[in-house]
Amino acid sequence: MARALITVPQDAKRGDVVEIRALIAHPMETGFRVGADGRRVPRDILRRFTCRLDGEVVFAAELFPAVSANPYLAFPLRADRTGTLSFTWEGDGGFAQTETAMLTVA
Amino acid sequence: MFKPDANACAVRRRMLRAGGALLALAVARPTRADANELQAAIAGYTGRREVRPGRVTIDVARLVDNGNAVPVTVRVESPMTAADHVRAIALFNERNPERDVARFALSERSGRAVVSTRIRLATSQQLVAIATMSDGTLWSGAVDVIVTLAACIEGEG
Repeated sequence: MARALITVPQDAKRGDVVEIRALIAHPMETGFRVGADGRRVPRDILRRFTCRLDGEVVFAAELFPAVSANPYLAFPLRADRTGTLSFTWEGDGGFAQTETAMLTVA
Repeated sequence: MFKPDANACAVRRRMLRAGGALLALAVARPTRADANELQAAIAGYTGRREVRPGRVTIDVARLVDNGNAVPVTVRVESPMTAADHVRAIALFNERNPERDVARFALSERSGRAVVSTRIRLATSQQLVAIATMSDGTLWSGAVDVIVTLAACIEGEG
């Protein structure tokens, strides 16, 4: 399991637009670099990120090798109800990881 | 004394001119090829729909020390209501090994049309963002950045 850091504001009021931040530890190996043995390092990237609120997709991203190592994404969400946010990363070599966080709306 | 006849002079002039043109072509070609590739990548994404400049801003440092992790924020002017919102934002680059950087899917649930991430830049180049609105119109914004330490080829990560 890769280490993931998720930031969801805890003091959201109904109707507020909050910023959600998600970061995951991943090398995002581009497939263009040459290793110490002179051979090309095979590509290993995260290709897709999806954020869902109680199962409904609220934000998604397709990532390419131009995204930095340890991909960081910050995106807005209108807080109109309390629910469970799930964050899913999918990538090369069958990588799949899901984290969850609570969105609490006052 | 040697006196060149007018005909030989004209030939020499023509050859010089042709050589100059060839040189100009050789120097200009890489940039033009990259720009064409970028246009082709954008066309592949937008299809035959018209892309209008405006409404999209890319926030990025104009002078980048380290191309391995460049913070980028893309903003789109939109009320983000059910009737009028941004559906997608695509970010392209001009001179990395691949033209795509990232594509984001938003909805009226987003509330604001802004996305931030960190990207790699292999060299000084142009970034282009295309926003797709809920009414199907496309808007674009571009920015030029100067990179001193390149990503992708040298260095870690």
